[in-house]
Amino acid sequence: MSDTTKIEIRSLRKSFGSNEVLKNINLDVAKGGVVALIGPSGSGKSTLLRCINLLVVPDGGSVRVGDTSFAFGEGAKLPDVKTLARFRATTGMVFQHFNLFPHMTTLQNVMEGPVTVRRMAKADAEKLARAQLAKVGLAEKADQYPATLSGGQKQRVAIARALAMEPDVMLFDEATSALDPELVGEVLNVMQRLASEGMTMVIVTHEIAFAREVADRLIFMRDGVVVEEGPARQVIDNPREAATRAFLSHFHRTGALPPATPAS
Amino acid sequence: MYQWDFGILWSYRWLFLNGLGVTVGFTVVIVVCGLLFGLLGAFGSLSRFRALRLTALAFIEAFRCTPILVQLIWFYYALPILAGVEMTPITASALALSLYGGSFYSEIIRGGIVSIDSGQSEAGAALGMTPIQTMRRIVLPQAIKRMIPALMNQSIIQFKNTSLVSVLAVPDLVYQSQVAAHDSYRPLETYTAVAVAYAAILIPLTIIVRRGEKRLAVSE
Repeated sequence: MSDTTKIEIRSLRKSFGSNEVLKNINLDVAKGGVVALIGPSGSGKSTLLRCINLLVVPDGGSVRVGDTSFAFGEGAKLPDVKTLARFRATTGMVFQHFNLFPHMTTLQNVMEGPVTVRRMAKADAEKLARAQLAKVGLAEKADQYPATLSGGQKQRVAIARALAMEPDVMLFDEATSALDPELVGEVLNVMQRLASEGMTMVIVTHEIAFAREVADRLIFMRDGVVVEEGPARQVIDNPREAATRAFLSHFHRTGALPPATPAS
Repeated sequence: MYQWDFGILWSYRWLFLNGLGVTVGFTVVIVVCGLLFGLLGAFGSLSRFRALRLTALAFIEAFRCTPILVQLIWFYYALPILAGVEMTPITASALALSLYGGSFYSEIIRGGIVSIDSGQSEAGAALGMTPIQTMRRIVLPQAIKRMIPALMNQSIIQFKNTSLVSVLAVPDLVYQSQVAAHDSYRPLETYTAVAVAYAAILIPLTIIVRRGEKRLAVSE
C-alpha cells in the first residue's frame, strides 16, 4: 500500500490443532508507529506478534513488513529457511523470558547477530555492540555473563541484542511480565526512548498505563479476534466495547510510569 | 589360606603391556567412531524427515536392545555368511563396538539437544540465524556441557566393553591375561592385576573430567 505503512497484515489465520488462535486478523502499523496489543491470556496476541516475524507460520492470510511480503494458505509455497532467516534479520524481537545466550558474555550476546548473521568483522561488531549496550545503560556490564545480571538488566541486554541487527521494526512480547515490579521501570524507559526515536514497534503488554503513554494505537484482542482498535488514549479512557471495558477494569489505566532506577 | 604371589606376573610384563596397548587403542577408535555414529543417530532422530527419523530409530534400538557379545559374534560369524562380507576380528569388533556405543551416544546427544530451552532457538531464529547456525552457535555449545557427564560414563563402559573382543581372539589386555593365567597357573593374581590396570587408567580420567566440568560450569 502506501510508503507510510511499515507492517501490513491481512486476513491472518492460525490454528494449533483444532484450536483456532487467530481468526481473520488485519493490522496496519505506520512507519514509526507504536502499537500496543492487549488482551487476556489466550487471546492470541503473542501468536499474532510471532506471526509478524514468522516465528509462527500462519495458516492463511498475508504478512508484509517493509518491502517483503509473504502469502499463506492453499496454493502458497512456504518460504524456505534461508528466506525466513533473511526476513527475520530485519525485525528485532524481545521475549518475556529474555532468552539471552547463557554461554556468552553480555557483549558476545549483542555481537552474535552482527557477526553470525550480518557477517560483520569482529572489531566492527564489537564497536556496534558496545554502543548498543551503552544505549541501554549497561556499557560496564559488557564482560559479565547473563547469570550475574538482574532481570531488568537482562531484558535491557536483550533489547540491545535485537537493536544490534539495526532492525526496521521491534516486536516486544510481554517484555516486562517476568520482572520484579521494581525492575519494570528501567525496561519501559528504554522502550519509551526507542519509541521517541521513531522506531516502529509492536508491543504485547499488560502495562496499560505504559501503553496509554507510549503507544499511538491500541488493539484489544479476545479469543483470536480484534475486539476494539483505536488511538491508545481513546480506547483506554473511553472503551466502546463491553469486553474492553471489562478487561480494562482490572488495571490502573493512568498515572505515572513506574520510576526508572538509575542504570546500574 | 591362599598364598598370593604377584611377583610371578613380572615375567609376563610385555604381554600385559601389549594387551593394554591394544585395549587403549581400541577404546580410542570405538569412542571416536561411536561419537560419529552417535551424532548421525542424534541428528537423524531429530530430523524433519520421517524416513531419516525412522532409520535413526531403527539403528538406535537395534544396537541398544541387543547384547554386545551377541553383536560381536554376529558381526564376525554371521556377516560373512549372510552378506559375504569378510572382516578381520579387529575390524568386526571395532565396527560392532562403535555401533553399539553409537546407539547409546545418540540418545545422550539427542537428550542434551532437546533439554535446551526452546526459547534459545527462538532467540537465534529471531536474530535471523538459520537452523544450522542456531544449532552450531547457540544450542550445541550449551547442550555439550550437559552431555559431558553422560558421554564420559558411556565411554567408561566402552573402555570396559573392549574386554569382550577377546572372544574373537583380538589380543587385548583380557585376552593376553588369559594366556598368562594359563601359562602361570596363577589366575587370581593375573585377573586381580588386570582389574587394577583398568581402574588405574579410568580413575585419573574421571578426576580430570570432573575438574573440566566444574570449569565449564563457571559461565552459567
